[in-house]
Amino acid sequence: MENSVGIVKLEYAKFSQATDIIELESGQKLGPITLAYETYGQLNAEKSNAVLIVHAFSGDAHAAGYYAGAEKPGWWDDMIGPGKAFDTNKYFVICSNVIGGCLGSTGPSSINPLTNKPYALEFPLITIADMVKAQKKLVERLGIKKLLSVCGGSMGGMQALQWVALYPEMVASAIPIATTLKHSPQQIAFDEVGRQAVMADPNWQQGNYYEHTQPERGLAVARMIGHITYMSDESMETKFSRRLKDEAYSFSFASDFEVEGYLRYRGDSFVKRFDANSYLYITRAMDYFDLSDGKLFSKPEKVNTKFLVIAFTSDWLYPVYQSKKIVRALKHNNIDVTSCEIKSTYGHDAFLLEVKEQSRLISHFLKGVYLNGK
Amino acid sequence: MENKQNQRLDHKFICDLVNPNSSVLDLGCGDGGLLRLLSEKKQISGQGVEINEQEIYKCVEKGLNVLHGDIDTELAEYKDKSFDYVILNESLQQVIHLEQVLINALRVGKKVIVGFPNFTYYKSRFQVFFLGRTPITAALPYKWYQTPNLHFLTIYDFKHYCSEKNINIEQTIYLNFKKRIYFFPNVFANTGIFQISQK
Repeated sequence: MENSVGIVKLEYAKFSQATDIIELESGQKLGPITLAYETYGQLNAEKSNAVLIVHAFSGDAHAAGYYAGAEKPGWWDDMIGPGKAFDTNKYFVICSNVIGGCLGSTGPSSINPLTNKPYALEFPLITIADMVKAQKKLVERLGIKKLLSVCGGSMGGMQALQWVALYPEMVASAIPIATTLKHSPQQIAFDEVGRQAVMADPNWQQGNYYEHTQPERGLAVARMIGHITYMSDESMETKFSRRLKDEAYSFSFASDFEVEGYLRYRGDSFVKRFDANSYLYITRAMDYFDLSDGKLFSKPEKVNTKFLVIAFTSDWLYPVYQSKKIVRALKHNNIDVTSCEIKSTYGHDAFLLEVKEQSRLISHFLKGVYLNGK
Repeated sequence: MENKQNQRLDHKFICDLVNPNSSVLDLGCGDGGLLRLLSEKKQISGQGVEINEQEIYKCVEKGLNVLHGDIDTELAEYKDKSFDYVILNESLQQVIHLEQVLINALRVGKKVIVGFPNFTYYKSRFQVFFLGRTPITAALPYKWYQTPNLHFLTIYDFKHYCSEKNINIEQTIYLNFKKRIYFFPNVFANTGIFQISQK
């Protein structure tokens, strides 16, 4: 528990007024909405030290600290806490979940107030912009007019970019990590394979599985594919090589290789915490994400958001060149930007694992933004 | 160069050239020493470009904006006249497409400041002529098989190039490692600094 924010609790922000209804990018409306979130540290009197952490595809609002009785901390505990990159002695850190998810926020597994049954596929399609619109309500409810920073990796990076595209005046700085300005055909392709795996499972039942078991096999296969894309050839070699679980081949289709066992384990544990329909909705939201061709800065006013763009050399899911395209868009708009390609063998997972280098960049970058704003 | 603990002589003279409150792009900014000096003394808004990952961390620790990338591509992506100054200090001789970089620097910056080691400094001449060895001096400190320098040019070469290409030379500063040199710089200066612009 050293340098930890300690015991934390998941909070729920409920938006149930008529004015809280969100007009979605699709033209449909969504409300009432619940957004799950956690906070760490203290908001200062000027409310100028708030940092919003936004999570990756399957992440949740539990970024740091421990739930009472839990052994494992939140997913970015190495980065958030007293004296860490997001220093909770200085900053008020918020981690918000996304709409469309299944980890405390309104999504396809939530109860539709019109039918008193889970939405399932009645839930409207959502986009990254819709997720950010919901988060803006949370930030405003917490009394914050301007965020010191919005930071996230992967899909979190897309949300960070989307925050700047929608509300540049509310974001003093943005830290998009291992992400892209638009989902590429390769990324869409992997998402589509995952969705097809879910929908091909007979238990999926056109999404109406909530009274039965969810399409576990399909969802597990989707997750296994995902995990392959999060690693690199080199990290898989280091982690598994061709090592066998037992001493010899079984000459069957049991999981002989350690890598098979790992993927099966990951798939099986994922289905216990994640909703198959949320898998469909959130991957779709990522596929629709496209802030290229000037859409990042579509507003007429000059954007003063400072940027720190981080990529990892072995990340082939969100390769370095995609971060470079973000940087190019920033350069064309005369935005202050710092970029770094961190040398790493971990592949896309690096944003969760390369703590030392990211901490060095983020702690100093944030300090500069904070002092500048004073 | 010498006197690393204190201020570098080339940095001091480059800093003198730059107008206060201007915007500066420093290509090959290293650990950000020059950009920090310019921020402190001239309140510039600075942007660095550096290829070495470890130097990026040092720049960020100094609170500077820095891009991790190579000079050729990073420079080419800027719009015309994005900066008051583009600085190429001790980096021009290390880029592959030198002329392309110069042309782009003159496009992106209203003014360009170039600093490079002078190959015909008298100590270099001596080593080549009498010892028959590739020179090693304070400004050219590398052995022939370890040097990052791809181009070896002289102060005369650069002047000649500018007149041939119709580039305006606004200022010249010649240094050896202790002081400014005024006479026979192509012999007595180990470093040439030029402020140039498009005619």
